[in-house]
Amino acid sequence: MVSENPHLGNQPEPLQEDSDTRPLSMTTRRGPRSLPPIPSASRTGFAEFSMRERMREKLQAARSKAESTLLQEIPTPRPRRLQSPGEKELETEFGTEPGEEAQKTQQEDDSQSHSRVKFRDSVRKIKTKPPVPPGFPSAEEAYNFFTFNFDPEPEESEEKPKAKNRDGTTQEEEEGEEEEPPVQGIHKTDEQLLISATEAEAFLWGLDHAAADFVAVRPADYESAHVRLQMEKELLFVPSRLTVPTYKKLPENVQPRYLEDEGLYIGTRPDVPRTCQNIMENRLLTQEPGRRWFGDDGRIVALPNPIKPFPSRPPVLTQEQDFRAELETLYKKAVKYVHRSQHMIGSGDSPGNFQLDIDISGLIFTHHPCFSREHVLAAKLAQLYDQYLARHQRNKAKFLTDKLQALRNAVQTGLNPEKTHKSLDTTQKTINEYKSEIRQTRKLRDAEQEKDRMLLKTIIKVWKEMKSLREFQRFTNTPLKLVLRKEKVDQKADEEAYEAEIQAEISELLEEHMEEHEQKMEAYRAAYQQWKAWKKAQRAKKKKKKQAVEEHPEEEMGEPYPEEDPVKPVPPEPTDRALMEHQVRERAARSRRRPGEPLLVPELSLAGSVTPNEQCPRVEVLRREDVKRRSIYLKVIFNDKEVSRTDSRPLGADFRVHFGQIFNLQIFNWPESLTLQVYETVGHSGTTLLAEVFLPIPETTIVTGRAPIEEVEFSSNQHVTLDHEGVGSGMPFSFEADGSNQLILMTSGKVSNSVAWAIGENGIPLIPPLSQQNIGFRSALKRADAISSIGTSGLTDLKKLAKWAAESKLDPNDPNNAPLMQLISVATSGESYVPDFFRLEQLQQEFNFVSDEELNRSKRFRLLCLRSQEVPEFRNYKQIPAYDREIMEKVFQDYEKRLRDRNVIETKDHIDPHRAMVAKYLQQVRESVINRFLIAKHHFLLSDLIVEEEVPNISILGLSLFKLAEQKRPLRPRRKGRKKVTAQNLSDGDIKVLVNIIRAYDIPVRKPTASKFQQPSRSSRTFSEKHAASPTTHSPTHSADYPLGQVLVRPFVEVSFQRTICHTTTAEGPNPSWNEELELPFRAPNGDYSTSSLQSVKDDVFINIFDEVLYDVLEDDRERGSGIHTRIERHWLGCVKIPFSTIYFQAKIDGTFKIDIPPVLLGYSKERSMIIERGFDSVRSLSEGSYITLFITMEPQLVPGESVREKFDSQEDEKLLQATEKFQAECALKFPHRQCLTTVTDISGKTVFITRYLKPLNPPQELLEACPNNPQATAELVARYVSLIPFLPDTVSFAGICDLWSTSDQFLDLLAGDEEEHAVLLCNYFLSLGKKAWLVMGSAIPEGPTAYVLTREQSHYLIWNPCSGHFYGQFDTFCPLKSVGCLIGPDNIWFNIQRHDSPLRINFDVTKPKLWKSFFSRSLLYPGLSSVQPEELIYQRTDKAAAAELQDRIEKILKEKIMDWRPRHLTRWNRYCTSALRHFLPLLERSRGEDVEDDHRGELLKQLGDYRFSGFPLHMPYSELKPLIEAVYSTGVHNIDVPNVEFALAVYIHPYPKNVLSVWIYVASLIRNR
Amino acid sequence: MAAAGPSVFLLMVNGQVESAQFPEYDDLYCKYCFVYGQDWAPTAGLEEGISQITSKSQDVRQALVWNFPIDVTFKSTNPYGWPQIVLSVYGPDVFGNDVVRGYGAVHLPFSPGRHKRTIPMFVPESTSKLQKFTSWFMGRRPEYTDPKVVAQGEGREVTRVRSQGFVTLLFNVVTKDMRKLGYDTGPSDTQGVSGPSPPPGRPL
Repeated sequence: MVSENPHLGNQPEPLQEDSDTRPLSMTTRRGPRSLPPIPSASRTGFAEFSMRERMREKLQAARSKAESTLLQEIPTPRPRRLQSPGEKELETEFGTEPGEEAQKTQQEDDSQSHSRVKFRDSVRKIKTKPPVPPGFPSAEEAYNFFTFNFDPEPEESEEKPKAKNRDGTTQEEEEGEEEEPPVQGIHKTDEQLLISATEAEAFLWGLDHAAADFVAVRPADYESAHVRLQMEKELLFVPSRLTVPTYKKLPENVQPRYLEDEGLYIGTRPDVPRTCQNIMENRLLTQEPGRRWFGDDGRIVALPNPIKPFPSRPPVLTQEQDFRAELETLYKKAVKYVHRSQHMIGSGDSPGNFQLDIDISGLIFTHHPCFSREHVLAAKLAQLYDQYLARHQRNKAKFLTDKLQALRNAVQTGLNPEKTHKSLDTTQKTINEYKSEIRQTRKLRDAEQEKDRMLLKTIIKVWKEMKSLREFQRFTNTPLKLVLRKEKVDQKADEEAYEAEIQAEISELLEEHMEEHEQKMEAYRAAYQQWKAWKKAQRAKKKKKKQAVEEHPEEEMGEPYPEEDPVKPVPPEPTDRALMEHQVRERAARSRRRPGEPLLVPELSLAGSVTPNEQCPRVEVLRREDVKRRSIYLKVIFNDKEVSRTDSRPLGADFRVHFGQIFNLQIFNWPESLTLQVYETVGHSGTTLLAEVFLPIPETTIVTGRAPIEEVEFSSNQHVTLDHEGVGSGMPFSFEADGSNQLILMTSGKVSNSVAWAIGENGIPLIPPLSQQNIGFRSALKRADAISSIGTSGLTDLKKLAKWAAESKLDPNDPNNAPLMQLISVATSGESYVPDFFRLEQLQQEFNFVSDEELNRSKRFRLLCLRSQEVPEFRNYKQIPAYDREIMEKVFQDYEKRLRDRNVIETKDHIDPHRAMVAKYLQQVRESVINRFLIAKHHFLLSDLIVEEEVPNISILGLSLFKLAEQKRPLRPRRKGRKKVTAQNLSDGDIKVLVNIIRAYDIPVRKPTASKFQQPSRSSRTFSEKHAASPTTHSPTHSADYPLGQVLVRPFVEVSFQRTICHTTTAEGPNPSWNEELELPFRAPNGDYSTSSLQSVKDDVFINIFDEVLYDVLEDDRERGSGIHTRIERHWLGCVKIPFSTIYFQAKIDGTFKIDIPPVLLGYSKERSMIIERGFDSVRSLSEGSYITLFITMEPQLVPGESVREKFDSQEDEKLLQATEKFQAECALKFPHRQCLTTVTDISGKTVFITRYLKPLNPPQELLEACPNNPQATAELVARYVSLIPFLPDTVSFAGICDLWSTSDQFLDLLAGDEEEHAVLLCNYFLSLGKKAWLVMGSAIPEGPTAYVLTREQSHYLIWNPCSGHFYGQFDTFCPLKSVGCLIGPDNIWFNIQRHDSPLRINFDVTKPKLWKSFFSRSLLYPGLSSVQPEELIYQRTDKAAAAELQDRIEKILKEKIMDWRPRHLTRWNRYCTSALRHFLPLLERSRGEDVEDDHRGELLKQLGDYRFSGFPLHMPYSELKPLIEAVYSTGVHNIDVPNVEFALAVYIHPYPKNVLSVWIYVASLIRNR
Repeated sequence: MAAAGPSVFLLMVNGQVESAQFPEYDDLYCKYCFVYGQDWAPTAGLEEGISQITSKSQDVRQALVWNFPIDVTFKSTNPYGWPQIVLSVYGPDVFGNDVVRGYGAVHLPFSPGRHKRTIPMFVPESTSKLQKFTSWFMGRRPEYTDPKVVAQGEGREVTRVRSQGFVTLLFNVVTKDMRKLGYDTGPSDTQGVSGPSPPPGRPL
């Protein structure tokens, strides 16, 4: 239908043209046919021509027969069925095409033939339609071909051309033809025949002729416009454009109902042209008679906005309804970024670019301090006039009048009973409602009218005042001029209307009154009845009385009674019509224009002239000048930020300021507030803020161009008094001469502005998207005041909100409520699906490049993850392989094992279950601390990153000034300190440990094995003896027994570190001097040279001193003359063990160390040296033992990791903490290198004041009982007990990060700790023993910064090394403590402020404030800090059986180890010797390893007789097995490869309370003497 | 192993520290070093270098030309921790002290070919005006403890820096086996078997 429309419109004109041009075109078309062919024409052309001729002849011949054949054909239906409509259409196309071609042939013959060929193709196409192979006729066709007469078909093919030849004139005929097929169907059969015939022809001629010959040329089909129109009229319906009368659109007998008049809100209808609407209405009326499209008012139902409020999308193909499936995030492979720079430049328009246009057009003051009185009046007038205009525009009175009218009509129609369909009572009800409505409306109208009138009166009054003022002051300030225009009214009509109105009112009132009357009457009647009944009763009573007593007097008497009874009701008076009329008229006169009185229309104009300055009095001139000096500008404040300001504009004489500026705010955030600040500048003095104007944020629908100019009022509360005619502001003034009737006016005004969203270049409003609009959305809610009713929390609860909305009965049509309604409808209908879950990181999935399972499965990813988590095993894993297959499974084994074992305590390594537990616990503490510090390590201070010189003081400044004179780049630069290397780009082999062995003193010397029976060299040493410094004299025993005349001893030093061994050359004598440097490579664990890794290196540097002994192995004495056969044996003499961490932290270790020599060194003694040295150095001899001087450092020097200064939380008083900081700072300022400790970190990571650690604590009872009457022995025993607790440096366990102090009970539970813990425990024991004891913080060798214990004996001080249990006098030169930083007692800290810090040179008297700076002093009193230590320590006796068992196991393991270390030799164990040694070890323990040597040797010799024996007992505290093994290994006992060597090994464990075990290992090698 | 394909890829970088623009300073020299992740290891070439002192050219460009060669080869199993070159430029101040004139870092380009990079250089600022004065006076300007911190993000929030100038670097990057390990970094047209080399100076 639609497609045909254009035909309809176009057809007529071309047709007209055609009919004009037809004759001409006809001739041209005939031309080629009638004329002989042009010589150049092809054969086919000729053939065609002749063919056509023949055809024509045939046609003419056949025409006569046509009728009969047609009739014959009708009954045969079969060929008809073959005909498809499509073919028919094609057929009609044949007709037109040749026509066109014919036109072309005039110009080009070739093209004709060409198109012919084409044409033939199209014929073929037709032929292919039947399901027979082309070129072959179907059986049917063949049958038809042979049986049918062909005559009719050419006739038909020729018929149309003919018809067209007749052109215009034959129109009707054609129409007939056209209309024929549907009517009769005969024509169709003709066509059918034609087709089959042409096919047959083609078949016939196609053999020798070009197929084009059979083209039937016909003129174009033509349908006249008229016919077509008629046809279309039947088919098409064109709705009329005329307005549809309303009654047609409404149900019958229904009056249109206008909801708007009834006071309901109706949204604005979309703007649709009237004609379109009419057409639509007409169509709807015809198409759907149901009228459901029309509303009550007879208009098409329309929504204000045709756009649906919610985006709706077609439902997803519902195969899986599971919402999870829809929520699933699809992973898309990252698309490779194609670089296109031009696009990047072009896409500068960021989506966050929004624009708010603020148009500030101007400012009008409604009051200003510079207002003159006249201005005040003028402003008032203007205001009133504005009010008037507004009222006039709204015209509420008129509206109410109309409403009244409508209501009256409604009542009237409602009273008509035949018109109503509803039942009578409902009608009555509605009428009553209407009536009450009428009453209401009338009252309102009257009030409105009265107001209107009052306003008009006031305007006039003000204007009069103004006029009088102008006259009075004799000049004019304002151009205001009020003109009252009188509008003539038709008096008669007016009067009539007035009268009618009054009459109507009266009648209504009457009716009302009637009703009232009626009601009153009703009430009266009821009352009257009551009264009557009562009266009757009374009368009856009376009668009875009458009967009884006399009648009359009693009746008289009885009268008073009823007075107390109900009064006889008075019937209400009927309303007086006249009175009412009077009332009504009076009211009308008051509020309404009298009839015939002209309508007064005030018109305010600015036409008046202002008196020029010259004619004004001085004060007024002053005022005007003041006004001129003032100028105003506005600041635009957006979200509390000034974004822009207007130009400063002078204040006009009319107090108007025109700005006319538009500010385009490019905003990024949703606007919260928009404020204009009005500033006034007076002259050149400062500006004052007059007022702030708050502008509303525009709705999203308001865009530039559509925003109305709004006036926003403002007012200021400033008080201004002026010395001229201006009335000032906030000041009382009066118009009256006597000053009465005062007015106080504040500065106020209006800003006319418009705020709107800008529109971008492409017409898109630049409004922040919805997500940002949430706040704006809220603001809409705020306006609806939902918050005040349900609270803010309700806003998020949609159900609550919906409930509130339902209760408050919002008008759903009001656009103001639209967002709310939308929200509510969403909430209630559940249209938009609110999921009951949310995603925390909804984008995470997009960034996952593999699924979690794959991540876990892949070894590589796992390794990468673990490394990035800084799991210790993988923290420094380098070069994680690129493929999973290259990662060994065993990489994870350790880690997994650790995870598995976290809670499993395994005793395999530790033997002792308690220690295993402790180790586990320690491990856990360590892990947690390390984790904390790993986190803390990521906090940086400025000093971590930037090296900056401190602000120098004067002396440094002066020095540097002096330096300026120096040469910049001296030719002979001074040596500077070694450069420290940050341990980052180091690799294996880069770091070397340099050990410089300088000399040793007092190396034990060999003793001849022959001296069998030697008396005990010394009595047991006691403390007193040491001080007496009087060792017993020894007889020099060096005899001639040494084989080969060797010297006393040939010591050499072997340094082993990380199983790398270096040794010096062999020196001679007990005081050798080597002065050799040994270089040992250092390998960090896992090749990780980071600071944290280096700090946790637990390796020790072992410096072993050996004696090289040469033995003559000649079997035969006779050969002695000719050859030397000696065997070199090395005998271990002692060792010094220095932990790598000490070297690392100290950078260098330089000093003389005591060699750790076993208490019994068989075959060696120190007697000789004693003798030699005693002569000149009595002090030296005080301390027994051998010493070695060493210098150890690292190359290159590594930067030691600094400890993490994490500010730990503390339970200490804040004041105390501040004091500690101050104290430390002061101390550091004076002596930066002295250790000063005030607070420490406890094991839970809290800062604790250090004195809290010191408190008397009871040592084990067992120890006290050992020597009850020797306090010194007890002290030594206690010190020994403390030293037996294994040493574990914090720096190792806590990776050098910080020093954790555990309390003594924790220390004893853990059975591991470093110097501080030992020292604290020892100090506490001493305190409990009643000694005066302090903790000494200082530095010692080799430990570095450490803690010792100082005790005060009667006259002197003793320094105790808590880790070894040794003690030294204050003046002992070999005391390892080299400097003293501070002393810590249980209640104070004293910092050493003496010049020297060596214990030899300082005074330990802490009471002298000049020598010791105390923390608590008079200024800061000791607050009495409670101790963190427990009340008392509880010791349980160690299980002796367990110790014995452990002893056996250790022995077994050690024996196995020794056999392992001698893989190439047979290891024989001498059981006899072993048992002898085992006997001997408890003795050693009892005597604490002293002074048993000679007894022991005698014993051994007695027992073993013929053996050459070398061996020694090792003593150490027990912590783990590994250190024991290391120690045994380091002695090198196993290295003897003499074939007939035998070994002996005995282990003894002495248990002390609290599981402190003292381990003795005796290793010896025996060689049988021949 | 060889049959299984490569297990590491190689990144070979040749190039030079070409020139610098330090409008206020003259007579500068520069140092470079590399910062790379744990999976990376240098296999050949120099990891660090220190250049000659150059003076400003006398023309309008005022360029400081070093043309100091860089030649280093890394191997890695993982592109994580891709090497960065860290540059630090030093020069004498008014009193002749060597002070740092700029730090800067940039990742080595990851696509093969010739790349030119211009890095902005900056120096840490003094913490106070007094410090600034004294550091100027003493010729001990604030410096990073390690130039390598400019290649990492951690801890930088505690510093304030000031921009100083620019250094232009030229890199010729060759990678090996990256594609075999599944990392496709090259421009799309070089992935062909015998595609022509990419036009120099791709827009970056």
